[in-house]
Amino acid sequence: MENILSIFVRSIFIDNMVFAFFFGMCSYIAVSKTVKTAMGLGIAVTFVMAITVPVNYLLNEYVLKPGALKWLNAAYADIDLSFLSFIVFIAVIASIVQLVEMVVEKFSPALYNQLGIFLPLIAVNCAIMGGSLFMQERDYVNVGEATAFALGSGIGWWLAIVLMAAIREKITYSNVPVPLRGAGITFILTGLMGIAFMIFMGIQL
Amino acid sequence: MSNKEKEPLFSAKNMKLLTGPLNQNNPITVQILGICSALAVTAKLKPAFVMALSVTVVCAFSNLIISLIRNTIPSRIRIIVQLVVVAALVILVDQILKAYVYDVSKQLSVFVGLIITNCILMGRLEAFALGNKPWQSFLDGIGNGMGYGLILIILGFVRELLGAGTLWGYRIIPESFYEAGYVNNGLMLLPPMALILVGIIIWIHRSKNKSLCEK
Repeated sequence: MENILSIFVRSIFIDNMVFAFFFGMCSYIAVSKTVKTAMGLGIAVTFVMAITVPVNYLLNEYVLKPGALKWLNAAYADIDLSFLSFIVFIAVIASIVQLVEMVVEKFSPALYNQLGIFLPLIAVNCAIMGGSLFMQERDYVNVGEATAFALGSGIGWWLAIVLMAAIREKITYSNVPVPLRGAGITFILTGLMGIAFMIFMGIQL
Repeated sequence: MSNKEKEPLFSAKNMKLLTGPLNQNNPITVQILGICSALAVTAKLKPAFVMALSVTVVCAFSNLIISLIRNTIPSRIRIIVQLVVVAALVILVDQILKAYVYDVSKQLSVFVGLIITNCILMGRLEAFALGNKPWQSFLDGIGNGMGYGLILIILGFVRELLGAGTLWGYRIIPESFYEAGYVNNGLMLLPPMALILVGIIIWIHRSKNKSLCEK
């Protein structure tokens, strides 16, 4: 249990998806203009992440890993399907995104209109794919740990994009040098926020 | 339609597809696509170069393949079709990297897999390959890959030189500098500095091209 908690906190603050690994930067830069849309996208990403990573974890554990097919038949013990993992992960992600899109369209048309093009593009949000690939690389021992990691990373990403949107709403009133407006200043601000987030690096969990 | 087919392979219009992304239409500094990997792999020059090459290859061939089958893809499932094509190409690249440059492939770790979700690929497929002929799409893919690679190499060069005093693993800054009190800027190797450097590149690029400025 403590282990799960520490993975959760760790993936929000110390291994933050945006500030430590730059995952999901494209939508992070493009959608962080207002807090409201940033909030919506953050929730959607957290949600998709919390579903896809555990599903991919189970697939990795019981289908893809070297020897993972042992539960089916002892003769399959030396089959290694791990080279297929990219294509399996992305297929799972794309289909779950499609599902989420339909659910959001049905229950919250306002949010659906606001997210617009970015909802289908969650499928190609590096944060989601990155979550699955990190899950595979770090070898979490059970599905609980993988879920904690997914939830934490999603919340970390959400936190980052909402913080950024809040800053960008304020910065529209500032006198930023013209060539730096828009993308340029956003990069530099993210860098500064990343330096601020580095204070968590020393924490031992 | 017919006069297009008579067009020479390297006509001025086609060359523009190839060189446009290097400057006016750069995928990173202008279209703001594919940032994730651009920042994460550039602490050293060598992985940056390998990554740039891999993305160029995948981008060119995925553009070519999607453009060849563009008339047969139903538009509702096009994203999944695109992802499958890209994923298959990335698996090939990943296996080749593992076989020939294993140490670089270890350094790139998950970022090879993340080429699949690199926004440049999806962006170009959606915006270009779905509506253009195979040869133009192929050139567009190479052009965008090179534009991406250019920024990666600039970043890798600056970060490795200032952060570690080496280039491609070879020591550039002489020992006598260190004896005289020169210290490597360790911050260059950390994630935040990559972001700030991209910000500065955008700043320089846009102040040279006023038309790209916002507002």
